[in-house]
Amino acid sequence: MTKPRTFPPLSRFRGGRPRGETAIVGALKTNAVLAILGLVLIIVFVMKEALPILLDPETQREASLGRFLQAPAWQPVSDHPRYGLLPLIVGTLKVTLVAMAFAMPIGVLAAVFTSEFAPRRLREAIKPVVELLAGIPSVVLGFFALVVMASWLNSTLHLGTRLNALNAGIALSLAVIPTIFTVSEDALRAVPKSFREAALALGASRWQTAWFVTLPAAAAGVSAACLLGLARAVGETMIVLMASGNAAILSGSVFDSARTLSATIAAEMAEVVFGSPHYATLFFLGGLLFVTTFLVNMAAGVLVDRLRRRLGGS
Amino acid sequence: MSLRRAAGALLALTVLAAATASAGRSITIKGSDTMVILAQRWAEKYMAAHPGAVLQVTGGGSGTGIAALINGTTDIATASRDMKQAEKLKLRDRYQTMGIEIPVAKDGLAVYLHEQNEVESLSFEQLRDIYAAKITNWKQVGGADARITLYGRENSSGTYVLFKDVVLLGADFAPSCQTLPGTAAVVNAVAQDPNGIGYGGAAYAKGVRDCAVRRDAGGPAVLPTEATVKDGSYPLARSLFFYTRKKPEGDVKRFVDWVLSPEGQEIVTQVGYYPVQ
Repeated sequence: MTKPRTFPPLSRFRGGRPRGETAIVGALKTNAVLAILGLVLIIVFVMKEALPILLDPETQREASLGRFLQAPAWQPVSDHPRYGLLPLIVGTLKVTLVAMAFAMPIGVLAAVFTSEFAPRRLREAIKPVVELLAGIPSVVLGFFALVVMASWLNSTLHLGTRLNALNAGIALSLAVIPTIFTVSEDALRAVPKSFREAALALGASRWQTAWFVTLPAAAAGVSAACLLGLARAVGETMIVLMASGNAAILSGSVFDSARTLSATIAAEMAEVVFGSPHYATLFFLGGLLFVTTFLVNMAAGVLVDRLRRRLGGS
Repeated sequence: MSLRRAAGALLALTVLAAATASAGRSITIKGSDTMVILAQRWAEKYMAAHPGAVLQVTGGGSGTGIAALINGTTDIATASRDMKQAEKLKLRDRYQTMGIEIPVAKDGLAVYLHEQNEVESLSFEQLRDIYAAKITNWKQVGGADARITLYGRENSSGTYVLFKDVVLLGADFAPSCQTLPGTAAVVNAVAQDPNGIGYGGAAYAKGVRDCAVRRDAGGPAVLPTEATVKDGSYPLARSLFFYTRKKPEGDVKRFVDWVLSPEGQEIVTQVGYYPVQ
């Protein structure tokens, strides 16, 4: 409609930058540095508080890397404190796997439907609604799982334990689905139209196009979406604290209760004695969670990068 | 205009500072999270009845309150447990007193069962074995043939410590015990689980049944009621305390006397604990 506006070449600004602009750039730079500095300081703080586990012999008598793996139980408040991490790690894996088993198919297939099949009107309705789901505070999801869903699951499946990993995992999947859905949908939409047009021109049906062309082309982005969802699931606290029963038992069954790393920190940090082995152990758990989610997020970043290069290069 | 606003703000600050200074009679109460609602209600009623008195109530836990008493940053510490020997010694080193202990209310720890559970009473020993997972089926204590589900509190809670000390005699809870954030969550879980057992404040028991408790196998089974908690015949009861550094005097004494008066003890009942007077 309107003629494209032309801008003077950037080089013209380079010479004499107005003084006001320098100040603005400076302020923005300061903010960026402050944000990064804050994050770095948090990491340093967490690592520093966990350090006695590795260095302090007094702490190591109760809590050391070897004891974390050997101790059979998590009994931090006891005459003989035992800090066995295995039940917590198994609990975290259990709940996360259940959450991903529900969230991945639902999130990805919903994204395929929305980007490939839904009429435009419907698509414009679905996306905001799913993103609204992401806005539900996790404590509300947790409360729902504790009071309503646990009873329903128990009466339907006749499980022995009302609050269990399955219940927490399903509730957790509600928090993870929006992440997987949104990022997958963006990745599918980023696949160039020419891919679809070529497939359709060769006589493929819409279904074949979506399943054999678009989805594989966006595979890296969809995997990244799942990894981001995984990172969210591992770190999510309130839902599992309320819905999983929090019993630190070493059991592979999803129908048993589970205690996760994040819920353990949330439940025990409030009253722990400052500087005690228990305190250092909780920070160690925090560091462990941080490293896990950091690695998963980084992997997701690499995948997204690969997708961009692959599609951009075509 | 901004100058005028700044002047206004300065004036407001000055007035505020002056008011704070002239009040001077502010009493700080810090400690037990169990008692924070009770202390709050006392403070509200007392301040309404005694214009000019200022009370500040904060929680943080019994240990926090006693530490603040030792550090001199609170006038009254509230505690749901006795002061430990180590704490008394610290207090003696600093102030040459052993602290004054004033029981202000009583709290009964109830054992909850599902409404349909047939078990009427449990002894301390049975409770201990149940929570250590030595007894795992209700039929072993006279109930139906069903697996027992254990519910408890997080290890950061005072209720957890009390139950562990009094009932388990310091032994550890079984790992299979599900720990929930808050007594209300425990009550909710037991209310929905026919095989569940839980513990918590007696005031919370809605939708669940209190279990009668026997100190010894042959002893009388006692339900937590106002009478049994007050006269000490209910074995799972604890006192709630005020601690002060020295014998209360002046404003603090007036407040403590009021708390122990029928008017103050009336509030104890309203909040759901049991009066001491």
